[in-house]
Amino acid sequence: MTTIRITITLKPGVLDAQGQAVLQGLRTLGHDQVSAVRVGRYIELTVPDGITATDVDQMCQRFLANPLLEEWRIDDPGRTPLSIGERTG
Amino acid sequence: MRFGVVTFPGSNCDQDCVYVLRSVLGQDVDEVWHEDRSLDGLDAIVLPGGFAHGDYLRAGAIAARAPVMSAVGAFARAGGPVLGICNGFQVLLEAGLLPGAMLRNQGLRFRCLPVYLRVESTDSAWTKTLREGQVLQLPIAHGEGNYFAPEPLLATMEDEHQVVFRYSDADGRLASSANPNGSVHYIAGVSNPAGNVVGLMPHPERASESVLGSADGRLLFESVLSFLSTRRMSPAGALR
Repeated sequence: MTTIRITITLKPGVLDAQGQAVLQGLRTLGHDQVSAVRVGRYIELTVPDGITATDVDQMCQRFLANPLLEEWRIDDPGRTPLSIGERTG
Repeated sequence: MRFGVVTFPGSNCDQDCVYVLRSVLGQDVDEVWHEDRSLDGLDAIVLPGGFAHGDYLRAGAIAARAPVMSAVGAFARAGGPVLGICNGFQVLLEAGLLPGAMLRNQGLRFRCLPVYLRVESTDSAWTKTLREGQVLQLPIAHGEGNYFAPEPLLATMEDEHQVVFRYSDADGRLASSANPNGSVHYIAGVSNPAGNVVGLMPHPERASESVLGSADGRLLFESVLSFLSTRRMSPAGALR
């Protein structure tokens, strides 16, 4: 078994109201050095070793992300270089 | 007519919809569970508001993959009228039965207040008896109603009259002060290209009796009743 790590974020240019609120919070705490915040989701999948990159990408495309708004990065740390690789949708 | 009102785990406006259809409008209503696979015998489907599956992953994302949604998809493709209200709208977007997606409200506030809507299209089953430019007052209650669609898709939707409602002021003027959530093009409700599937963030079922401050919501249900009786007389009568 292996663990696949998926990071889903809003596409550049899509308003991230949550990120803006977090930025506001950091500024309130005095962390003025932060100029922008984007907030996303992180998902771990436990899957058999032989799973294909296409399978995982399909999961993102069909359900885990909304391709209209979001892009995703799939990391498979069990193999180097990343066989599933870095990909945005 | 016989309506189906679908309940997902976390729906919380389903009984309001059942009440309006059954007690205010005198229609037959089947309460449909999200695991049901058949919509046989139903003339129209309503997906109600709420927080289906706790809005986990994304609002409407898990509900959109429920067993009943295959049947709702087939019903919609056959021209059956489907209305998604608030969370039900989000479910239809996630299911791909309507175009676009929802973002969190601009300003992040959960907005719960009466708003004005301008009717933009009377080509849909749920607005065919309304008047273009007519202003309705309906309540909203949502945290993720900031409608989004990328520019090429928006242009197509505008060309095809798929924008059904826009947020406006009481006189029907568009202004950012009348847009409660930051929706692109002030969009409050949209339809599919055929016009039989409509989704909107405001709640017509919460404004269907004057004692509640507005009975404008009834107009949507009366429109679909008119659509259904016309269709019954001439089954080939398409919307467009």
